[in-house]
Amino acid sequence: MRIGLDIGSTTIKCVVLNRYDEVIYESYQRHYSQITESAAKLLQQLAKALPNVKQAKLAISGSAGMGLAESLSIPFVQEVFGTRIAAGRLLPAADVIIELGGEDAKILFLTGGMEVRMNGSCAGGTGAFMDQMATLLEVNLDELNDMAERAEKVYTIASRCGVFAKSDIQPLLNQGARKEDVAASIFAAVVSQTIAGLAQGRPIKGNVVYLGGPLTFLSQLRASFDKSLHTSGLCPEHSLYFVALGAAYSAEERFELAALASLLEDYSKTESYAFMAPLFADEEEYRDFRQRHEKAAVDFHEPTAETKGAYFGIDAGSTTIKMVMVDEEDRILCSSYQTNNGNPVPMVRQFLQEFYEAWPQIAIKGSAVTGYGEDIIRRAFRVDYGIVETVAHYKAAAHFMPEVDFIIDIGGQDIKCFKIKNRAIDNIFLNEACSSGCGSFLQTFAHALGYGTEEFARLGLFGQRPVDLGSRCTVFMNSLVKQAQKDGASIENISAGLSISVVKNALYKVIRPTAAEPLGRHIVVQGGTFLNDGVLRAFEQELQTQVIRPNIAGLMGAYGAALYAKEQKAKMPNGKDRVKPGLLSMDELKSFTHAVASANCGLCSNHCQLTINTFSGGRRFISGNRCSRPITNKAEDQSLNLYEYKRQLLEEYRQKAAGKMGCDEEYPIFKDKVIGLPLGLNMYELLPFWQVFFNALGYRVIVSPASSRQLYLQGQASIPSDTICYPAKLMHGHIQYLLEQGVDVIFYPCMTYNVDEGLGDNHYNCPVVAYYPEVIAANEPGLEKIKFIYDYLGLHRPKEFPLKIWQILWEKLDNKISLQKVRKAAANAYKELDKYRQKVEVRGIEIVARARQEDRQIMVLAGRPYHVDGEINHGIDQLIAGFGVAIITEDSLSPLVEKHPGTVLNQWTYHSRLYAAAHYVGGQADMNLVQLVSFGCGVDAITTDEVNDILEENGKIYTQIKIDEIANLGAVRIRLRSLLAAVGGEKRDD
Amino acid sequence: MTDLKGGIAEKMKTPTKGLERIPRVPFTKEMKKDYTILIPMMAPIHFSLIKNVLSNGGYNVELLENCGPGVVEEGLKYVHNDTCYPALLVIGQMLDALKSGKYDLNKTALMISQTGGGCRASNYIFLLRRALKKAGYDQIPVVSLNVSGLEKNSGFSLTWPMLYQALAGLVYGDGLMALSNQVKAYEIRKGSADALVKDWVARLGRQFNEKNGYSKRAMKANFQRMAADFNAIALERKPKIKVGIVGEIYVKYASLGNNNLEDFLAEQDCEVMVPGLLDFMLYTVNGVPEKNRLYGGDQIQAMTYEAVSQYIQSMQDIMIDAIAAYPDFVAPSRFAHTKSLVKGVISTGCDMGEGWLLTAEMIELVQKGYGNIVCTQPFGCLPNHICGKGMIRKIRQLDDRANIVPIDYDPSATRVNQENRIKLMLAVARENLTKKSESQKTPFIPDTAAPSHLNKTLPYQQWRRWRTEVASN
Repeated sequence: MRIGLDIGSTTIKCVVLNRYDEVIYESYQRHYSQITESAAKLLQQLAKALPNVKQAKLAISGSAGMGLAESLSIPFVQEVFGTRIAAGRLLPAADVIIELGGEDAKILFLTGGMEVRMNGSCAGGTGAFMDQMATLLEVNLDELNDMAERAEKVYTIASRCGVFAKSDIQPLLNQGARKEDVAASIFAAVVSQTIAGLAQGRPIKGNVVYLGGPLTFLSQLRASFDKSLHTSGLCPEHSLYFVALGAAYSAEERFELAALASLLEDYSKTESYAFMAPLFADEEEYRDFRQRHEKAAVDFHEPTAETKGAYFGIDAGSTTIKMVMVDEEDRILCSSYQTNNGNPVPMVRQFLQEFYEAWPQIAIKGSAVTGYGEDIIRRAFRVDYGIVETVAHYKAAAHFMPEVDFIIDIGGQDIKCFKIKNRAIDNIFLNEACSSGCGSFLQTFAHALGYGTEEFARLGLFGQRPVDLGSRCTVFMNSLVKQAQKDGASIENISAGLSISVVKNALYKVIRPTAAEPLGRHIVVQGGTFLNDGVLRAFEQELQTQVIRPNIAGLMGAYGAALYAKEQKAKMPNGKDRVKPGLLSMDELKSFTHAVASANCGLCSNHCQLTINTFSGGRRFISGNRCSRPITNKAEDQSLNLYEYKRQLLEEYRQKAAGKMGCDEEYPIFKDKVIGLPLGLNMYELLPFWQVFFNALGYRVIVSPASSRQLYLQGQASIPSDTICYPAKLMHGHIQYLLEQGVDVIFYPCMTYNVDEGLGDNHYNCPVVAYYPEVIAANEPGLEKIKFIYDYLGLHRPKEFPLKIWQILWEKLDNKISLQKVRKAAANAYKELDKYRQKVEVRGIEIVARARQEDRQIMVLAGRPYHVDGEINHGIDQLIAGFGVAIITEDSLSPLVEKHPGTVLNQWTYHSRLYAAAHYVGGQADMNLVQLVSFGCGVDAITTDEVNDILEENGKIYTQIKIDEIANLGAVRIRLRSLLAAVGGEKRDD
Repeated sequence: MTDLKGGIAEKMKTPTKGLERIPRVPFTKEMKKDYTILIPMMAPIHFSLIKNVLSNGGYNVELLENCGPGVVEEGLKYVHNDTCYPALLVIGQMLDALKSGKYDLNKTALMISQTGGGCRASNYIFLLRRALKKAGYDQIPVVSLNVSGLEKNSGFSLTWPMLYQALAGLVYGDGLMALSNQVKAYEIRKGSADALVKDWVARLGRQFNEKNGYSKRAMKANFQRMAADFNAIALERKPKIKVGIVGEIYVKYASLGNNNLEDFLAEQDCEVMVPGLLDFMLYTVNGVPEKNRLYGGDQIQAMTYEAVSQYIQSMQDIMIDAIAAYPDFVAPSRFAHTKSLVKGVISTGCDMGEGWLLTAEMIELVQKGYGNIVCTQPFGCLPNHICGKGMIRKIRQLDDRANIVPIDYDPSATRVNQENRIKLMLAVARENLTKKSESQKTPFIPDTAAPSHLNKTLPYQQWRRWRTEVASN
């Protein structure tokens, strides 16, 4: 008799084998993180089911079982290894096993060099992730599966991590995307994550086996894998139990089952975890706290016969929708706060309809909407004003505390903080998509542990030893909580610990203040998460100060919007009561309809996936577009966009390189001499150089095109490191493209140094830009058949360069090539690079001049040269252009600035441009700088602080935008609009 | 147009505030007398020896070993959270120490190393100053420990004798580490290797104090005795999993950085091999002639560095020869050999962070029978994307004994997660070990016939059918 226990992150599985190794008992249950209790219960059930069995050989496996096994000295089998043992016995012909668990994802390559892989420190693309997504869609997993079956199209959802995906899905839902399509997209994201994150360059071929809960229960997930891998994988019998089977097969040590069960029951509740001071010492302290906060209140006032006018404010947030009606005295007539179930439109309609019916005599004099869903709601109901969230929140906060200088809002999905100076927003902090340990995080945890959100929060208030969970990303918190539970932490202390952790996350990951400088003297906190007394208390404790929480902490956005509408109304000339055409009337609401359709935009090469909402009266709302072409039907004016100019310029070079634009008579291009260049990282900006260089040597140069999602997917399978920046990942796609073009030489040199522009102490490239060709060479099997030249070159030494490259080309490419010819080509190439730089600089100056004539704000969109690529920046430049703002680049300004001493070691060419540009912007009233940062960029951890300091010192707002694979610009919009609202620069015609 | 251009293009001449923003407090000669210099601990054996060298140079030095949760917390508070974990830990450790009340803040200085390559680690010192300013410790001087002349302080200079002693210290450290690691896992009386290390560190310290022990002759004598001492420890040799540790230099050596990785591996009944610190030193020196070779430059400078490198290698040889005299010990490789291993895998021009040396160490470990490798790196470590994770595929192609697990370290990675992944690597290693010792007596996977019960139940036949279907398509 052998028993295998598999204690995973969410479930506990048990298998019993008889002496012929036949399965005689199986069980699969969720353990709700009550690991020891569940294990003990399981053994009791087992004793009932198999009364004759008194003792058995037993082994434990599973990620949550490790600690338990260790402390009870029961043999432990690592779970991936367990799978391998079971597969070796049951499925000897399998080549690849894909196993998804609660928080783990694993791939086992069994044949052709055995390798086992499991996900790194990221839990994206696992069962927990799909649970989260199902919760978001308000369905259970079965329904998710059914929905995916009916999908018509698949959206791109970031697959790296649950939090990312969530911030992709939410806007899709808010914009009216079909849930069926979203469901299918979730599965596709999981597949993509598994392939990119785990296969790491190794092809998944042969007989593929699917194991684990999600793959067993979700047929559509399997289908999605099949589709991606061009195979039909098998989900065998016992597919849930392979880990447990592996443990059972390996079990050697005998245990008395009854003794083991009682051992488990007694298993320490020692509270040996790290803990912090309690939130409240006793009930009395809590009572005082309550009383203090009850003072900050808005009056709620039932409408009476005298109430004549009202103002309607809507805050269509990411997960919730908040609405208020305010009277002339700023009192709240009625309000609503509810989750939006992915579609806020019907809720607004119902709220309005009920209001009209109940108080027909009250005229709604003005209305305003804010939040993620601003555009759709505004279009659907003809709302008077749309304002950016930050402004709405400030309006509301100022009502409670006119001298407020710091507002922090923790909502369901996002954290927003703003500093206020001179009654204007002075600085904005928004959470990066990766660190959002916000309200929905607490909610998810409460549900996972089997509690309601409010009950869970209340439990935490009097936990006397809150678990110290630090300030971590949501996804990792899971395993920490599990650890704490194992160590005996009670629900009370976990709840309290989580509240404190939310606060620490907001403080240390988003705002990052220090004790030296206080956040502000007058702090207002708001957002649904602060309704939780535990979070509020933790915030005050952490800051050691008292803050104001308005009694409508969750309604502040909506309240601010209503106040804004009222304020605007007061500004209107007399007699003009309403802004035309005004909110939908009672009758219009009755006949209100809302239809959603999806389409692919064909107006340019971006092929955006559009979601088209049509409302009664023919009003339409289109989302998913990157530019306004599908709406206005004409190309956007990009003449004030230096990014666009650079892209056009590079495209010209690309055409020229391929010999498509004719060639110099002095340097004929030969058809049969072809060389391929990937357009990314160190090649991007140096294209002019290499075009001239190789053309002059007679080569036709095939340059890979601007990146696209498709290009990325082509190369995805060979990326060895899933946490490297997106621009680097794209290089694999570029190389694939060149291979498909049939070139037999690809040139992509390593470059430790970049060109010295005299702006820094040194002129390095970052390690990735410098050495990525090494990674390409080591991980692209296709390159073995062709010549891949990736030698080390130093453009920074023009004197030595010709000889060095001649040696390389002579040896690897053509032993008839003459040094003289190479020298000449190099000289021309250096000239062309200068010419290119000048063009960019001059164009930058022209744009600045024109913008000043037209009185437009100028935005310096600063990053790396390759951030100009439309797939890397996801069209952020066009988004900004859409606000009527001129865009220039950091490298168009840096030549205008002399070297500045900084507080960091200024040793990278690209980054020294950033600092120079920041200094320049500091002296210009009409310029602002937005820094693009690729997720995972280690170097930018240093540059961002420095650029921030330079700007702040000059009284400028620093804005950083983190970009990754995600294509959704919702959060970016808010951020940029807030910035423009703060500097007063948005030119929108609506 | 030209007018406008002139207007805009006029070079900015505004005085800059960069340096005032975070003032650099110099470490003066006066400070040398009564200031305590705090140094974060990394590799314990090496650092104890080097501490001694600094003390002999007239500096009052203390190695920081505080490691409570306060360290990470301070780091998170005062250092950009996306910065590499070592910076966060080291700075956190220093601030935690400063706040502990153990030190007179007006008589304390901090020392941090500065490598000066294209890696962000060259910026640690600036991050530290920024953190000190934020925390309100502006008055504390920070001393840069570098050999590339990046920053100078009047009160601190590495004199030639000190440099020489420090080098000798590194060689001794590498020798002690290599010997004790190979003995530790098998010693009959637990703790004998550690005791011997302690004994030797003290003994070498005494020699250094008397300006002794670092001439080549003395080193030879010392190493011979050292190897003999370790060889004399009573062992019980039985097959154990041999694990190598490579990675970003801080998390590779510092137990604070890698969650006590070496102890964990010892608990899992493994023998651990950690490649030495001297190679890193040689790798750094090697960078200069390497760059000159690749890009052109000053030949005399290149030759000087080459000569220095040769000299250091001759010191390394003394250690290697002494250990190699005992066939039971695996002696560290000569640097020239290590360097030759990456040929065809990665260029020796790849020299940011740990660069090609990291790849070389992995190949070397595999060849020496330590194919089970934990490759440690801070989350988001750029050079290791290239030389660590980026090269694993190629290394495995060269030698399928390589069983490498890359582990990321950062404040939010949990220990359970890391250990679970290491255990997976160990499970594969254990299987290889049994396979080897049983010399394929019984094949591990019975491939010939299905287990009896499966003939009755469905899966095996289902599997067969499915297989033929797949094959026929």
